[in-house]
Amino acid sequence: MPGVGPGGHPVAALGRTRPSRRINPTPVSEERSLSKPKTCFTSPPISCVPGGQPSVLDSSPWGQGPAAGCRSLQEEREMLRKERSKQLQQSPAPACPTPESGSPLPTRTGSLTAEPADPAKVSSRQRLELVALVYSSCIAENLVPNLFLELFFVLQLLTARRMVAAKDSDLEPSPGVLDSLESPLFQSVHDCVFFAVQVLEHQFQVLSYLDKGTLKLLAENERLLCFSPALQGRLRAAYEGSVAKVSLAMPPSVQAVSFQPETDNRANFSSDRAFHTFKKQRDVFYEVLREWEDRHEEPGWDFEKGLGSRIRAMMGQLSAACSHSHFVRLFQKQLLQMCQSPGGAGGTILGEAPDVLNMLGADKLGRLRRLHERLAAPQSSCRPCPLTSFPGCQGFFRDFILSASSFQFNQHLMDSLSLKIRELNSLVLPHPEPSDEDGESDVDWQGERRQFAVVLLSLRLLAKFLGFVAFLPYRGPEPPPTRELQDSILALRSQVPPVLDVRALLQQGLRAHRAVLTVPWLVEFLSLADQIVPMLDYYRSIFTLLLHLHRSLVLSKDGEGEMCFLNKLLLLAVLGWLFQIPTVPEDLFFVEEGQVDVFEVDTKTAEHGLDGVPVVDQHLLYTCCPYIGELRKLLASWVSGSSGRSGGFVRKITPTTTTSLGALPLRTTQGLQAQLAQAFFHNQPPSLRRTVEFVAERIGSNCVKHIKATLVADLVRQAESLLQEQLVTQRQEGGDPGQLLEILCSQLCPHGAQALTQGREFCQKKSPGAVQALLPEETPAAVLSSAENIAVGLATEKACTWLSANITALIRREVKAAVSRMLRAQGPEPAVRGDRRGCSRACEHHAPLPSHLISEIKDVLSVAVGPRDPEEGVSPEHLEQLLGQLGQTLRCRQFLCPPAEQHLAKCSVELASLLVADQIPVLGPPTQHRLERGQARRLLHMLLSLWKDDFQVPVPLQLLLSPRNVGLLADTRPREWDLLLFLLRELVEKGLMGRKEIEACLDSLHEAQWPEHLSKAQWILSSVFRTTLKWSGCSGGPSSHLSNY
Amino acid sequence: MILTKAQYDEIAQCLVSVPPTRQSLRKLKQRFPSQSQATLLSIFSQEYQKHIKRTHAKHHTSEAIESYYQRYLDRVGKNGAAPVLLELANEVDYAPSLMARIILERFLQEHKETPPSKSVINSLLRDPSQIPDGVLANQVYQCIVNDCCYGPLVDCIKHAIGHEHEILLRDLLLEKNLSFLDEDQLRAKGYDKTPDFILQVPVAVEGHIIHWIESKASFGDECSHHAYLHDQFWSYWNRFGPGLVIYWYGFIQELDCNRERGILLKACFPTDIVTLCHGAAAP
Repeated sequence: MPGVGPGGHPVAALGRTRPSRRINPTPVSEERSLSKPKTCFTSPPISCVPGGQPSVLDSSPWGQGPAAGCRSLQEEREMLRKERSKQLQQSPAPACPTPESGSPLPTRTGSLTAEPADPAKVSSRQRLELVALVYSSCIAENLVPNLFLELFFVLQLLTARRMVAAKDSDLEPSPGVLDSLESPLFQSVHDCVFFAVQVLEHQFQVLSYLDKGTLKLLAENERLLCFSPALQGRLRAAYEGSVAKVSLAMPPSVQAVSFQPETDNRANFSSDRAFHTFKKQRDVFYEVLREWEDRHEEPGWDFEKGLGSRIRAMMGQLSAACSHSHFVRLFQKQLLQMCQSPGGAGGTILGEAPDVLNMLGADKLGRLRRLHERLAAPQSSCRPCPLTSFPGCQGFFRDFILSASSFQFNQHLMDSLSLKIRELNSLVLPHPEPSDEDGESDVDWQGERRQFAVVLLSLRLLAKFLGFVAFLPYRGPEPPPTRELQDSILALRSQVPPVLDVRALLQQGLRAHRAVLTVPWLVEFLSLADQIVPMLDYYRSIFTLLLHLHRSLVLSKDGEGEMCFLNKLLLLAVLGWLFQIPTVPEDLFFVEEGQVDVFEVDTKTAEHGLDGVPVVDQHLLYTCCPYIGELRKLLASWVSGSSGRSGGFVRKITPTTTTSLGALPLRTTQGLQAQLAQAFFHNQPPSLRRTVEFVAERIGSNCVKHIKATLVADLVRQAESLLQEQLVTQRQEGGDPGQLLEILCSQLCPHGAQALTQGREFCQKKSPGAVQALLPEETPAAVLSSAENIAVGLATEKACTWLSANITALIRREVKAAVSRMLRAQGPEPAVRGDRRGCSRACEHHAPLPSHLISEIKDVLSVAVGPRDPEEGVSPEHLEQLLGQLGQTLRCRQFLCPPAEQHLAKCSVELASLLVADQIPVLGPPTQHRLERGQARRLLHMLLSLWKDDFQVPVPLQLLLSPRNVGLLADTRPREWDLLLFLLRELVEKGLMGRKEIEACLDSLHEAQWPEHLSKAQWILSSVFRTTLKWSGCSGGPSSHLSNY
Repeated sequence: MILTKAQYDEIAQCLVSVPPTRQSLRKLKQRFPSQSQATLLSIFSQEYQKHIKRTHAKHHTSEAIESYYQRYLDRVGKNGAAPVLLELANEVDYAPSLMARIILERFLQEHKETPPSKSVINSLLRDPSQIPDGVLANQVYQCIVNDCCYGPLVDCIKHAIGHEHEILLRDLLLEKNLSFLDEDQLRAKGYDKTPDFILQVPVAVEGHIIHWIESKASFGDECSHHAYLHDQFWSYWNRFGPGLVIYWYGFIQELDCNRERGILLKACFPTDIVTLCHGAAAP
């Protein structure tokens, strides 16, 4: 291979600096780098410089051979630093050092017009053909770490604009290089294009699986047409046959995780305090999220500065461990909800012709701005190997974790993520329906594919965050400076157990032929590892496994038991990406470990392995590996003639799948029956099994709810009536409510045993119908009845397991709640209780509103009490109308609540006091400022009848004889007290107040300290009242008696 | 009654340093005859409460309390029948009911060994007849019936208005056949935050999906709306998704800016309601 030879290559002597492909190169020993050059098959792409500056090919092994040996790490770092500062300053300096010398180099810069490529001018056809063949074979056998990087390189060659002439002297063969093989491979653009087309011909199969847009651009490429019309024809056919389209999904608005009483109500918390703290935290979390949404795109806004302290304050309140787990659950659910749905990662289109208008139509200006920013500041890298990033909403969750910097939170989060990953990774996913070639079950199949995609994307997201949190404490910008330090770190770290036993999961996945599910998330997890991780034995063995898997995924192998093509392609893409991650040592790929005995990788799929099922489609491939889209952008830039523009901004691709995971199938049961059931399902379509499990799960759960609503509710009602009785006796004897509860529970809990019987009946009754409704009409009777029976069994098992464990506690809890509810109601406002009449059936609820009446009466009271303007007063008609309205309101009880009625009662008594004391200023001619006696009596009669018939709360009539109201009489002469005496007598006659009660009120008047003239008045009043009552029944009436005073 | 910010500001401008009496309210109605009384009262009450919140502290220094109490004692000594307490409140620009509370508390401190508890004071304010001093009882009562922004009667009226509008809303929902869970049902299920109604099947109002409805029998001004957003509406959104708030007495138009985000404001029960059609539920 040209330029690959050890050591003595002339180019090495030229001292050209090869820019690092990696950001953090791992130092490799001199020996090894000489004996096993790493760059041989990893064609470094031609770099592009933003801003249209002329650039040069950094170094191609094909033209110049690799830089032999590693430059010192220090030098490389120095370069990196420069590189970074350059990027920061947006300086137009070239991305890599200008070569001091070199052969002609292809360039891709847009400012230069493309040189036409001519097949007739290819310099050494045969050599190029040979190299292309070897190169293609290497790609085909996965001897290159990253398939798409190679394709990218090839497309770069295809679209090279012209060769840049290097210094003349360098064109001279160096002394000692006589072999023609040592001359540059690509001497002209013609050579480049010829080679590229040759390779593309070999790689047609992979190309044909690329998206429609890429195929179109390839098929339309005039150079390709010119060099290989046959390939162009095949590409065109592939383009026309491609049905894969990527739709533009609507960007979702942020949806909150809904509150579910089953997991979120008070019963799930250790204390009231924890419950209320979490209530507040949920709100703070969303407040922070909303603020982030509003502001994170503002220039100069900083997550930590803007939200950090609020987040930490909130985390500080999560004292109890149980609160942490609640919060983590919320966090994780929100993460899945926001980042897994389309647009969650900042959805963009992928397709034949991106329609900007369409895109804008579907989104708001914010997206346009973001798009603009991306276009205005493209990153300098244009390789299809981006670093791990947290695009879109993921950034919020990452920054939240960083700002929270809470050890407890991170631990709980890791626990929760690990659990969810295990759960999803072991989920039973669809197998192909054996006899469904005719597309009849296409709907099912679509659904199953979608389910796979949702599970896969969820797993990748969870694993990425697990990796992020797990390796967070170890991640730093620099590798350990010395070997000794590194060894000691290794010794330390090798003792730390992995956060999740990913190796075991990988091994299981490979064994069960579920690599297509397990590997993509494992790659996400590993991509966040720190620099030490790949050196640890545990993880090294994982890499070894992955390497062997990679090598075994030969795309051209097709046949019985092979993994599906797109499944393989997905794995190759993600693994290739992983091998390019800076923290993964460069030599890893090329070092033969030879210890495959850890686990024999076998891509032959077992009968029911997922790997053999075409679960991956093109959309999922591009969603997981958006960087494959770089190929299309490269080709598009050739068309548009502006390669600088297309540089490296990573497109995020919108996942198609938006459905939630739904109910997870139950994984249950032991014993022979269970085995039989399993066997029954084995030869049935998987949808049958899912239906049965679904029905069982739902019916079981409904059964529990039903028992709660019927049996338990009945028991609570019994408890309430028992309590009612108890309270009556207790009020006389005095007792402890706690004891009362114990007595009630001991009486009622034994009834819980009925729950199991009733539960069984419920499941028996409900399950078969549901199964019948959900299975196809044509299901054979025997299959149907077995399915029904299994559903009944599973539902019963679920329900009864729960009930037998929890029914007693449930009854206790509900009874306790009822008791405390009743005791509370008993407490401060006994008036609220008791039987209440509603309005009559004919009532149309047109009565005045209680609030209006209180307000009106209050106005009358305030006018009466004063101070008032001279023109202010109340008309007798208004008072009468008011009392009439009060009657209506009290009879229509639609809008009346007890506090309002209590206030109305009190106000009416106050009003009566003012009436009897003749304190209501009447509107009218100045001579008549007082209410006529007759009018006053009429009003009092109305009040009496309201008190007697319409009020349903106790009326505080004793207020009539309160010192304050009796005091009102002080201004009047005793012979004008007839109205009060009239009122008191009516109260007694109507049974609204007892004589004794009134006398007690009068007695207590004496206890109050009053000015002298008032004390006298009271004395008079009480004696008059006593006399009057003795008189009652006599015709004379009290007023004549009063005139004696 | 939806007001623009400018309209609202004009009204609020007229309410600076106006005592909370029925006379002030009458003048306000004359000044803005086109606005509904309930809206005006609600705005008045809110503006006055803001004013009180701002000045509350200065009336509660021990010097201020002492000075008020002495002035009260002096004046009732001269004429116990005059509206001493009410006038004192107006003089120092403080709510009569709150002034009554200050003086009552001070009075009880003097006449009892132990300082009075809050509940004792509340119950005396609810029923001034229980106040052991007859003159003070009358003075307190006068303050309470003459205060249209504070005091137990006003509290009761506000509570009643809120309750009535919830009932009204419930009736409208029933009439429209929209099934819902009310606050009591939600509380019984253990929800930690409970809007007035959660719709069991969401509907679209003016093209916006809503899951819950909150009834507010008050005017939605900036201050109260922001407090409600923070304490209630966003919390509901955080748990149940987007929803509708009905400010029965209107709101400032400019506040209805979170429609896209999931909080819709209306001043009446919406007419443009789209429900999920039967049979169209399948995806």
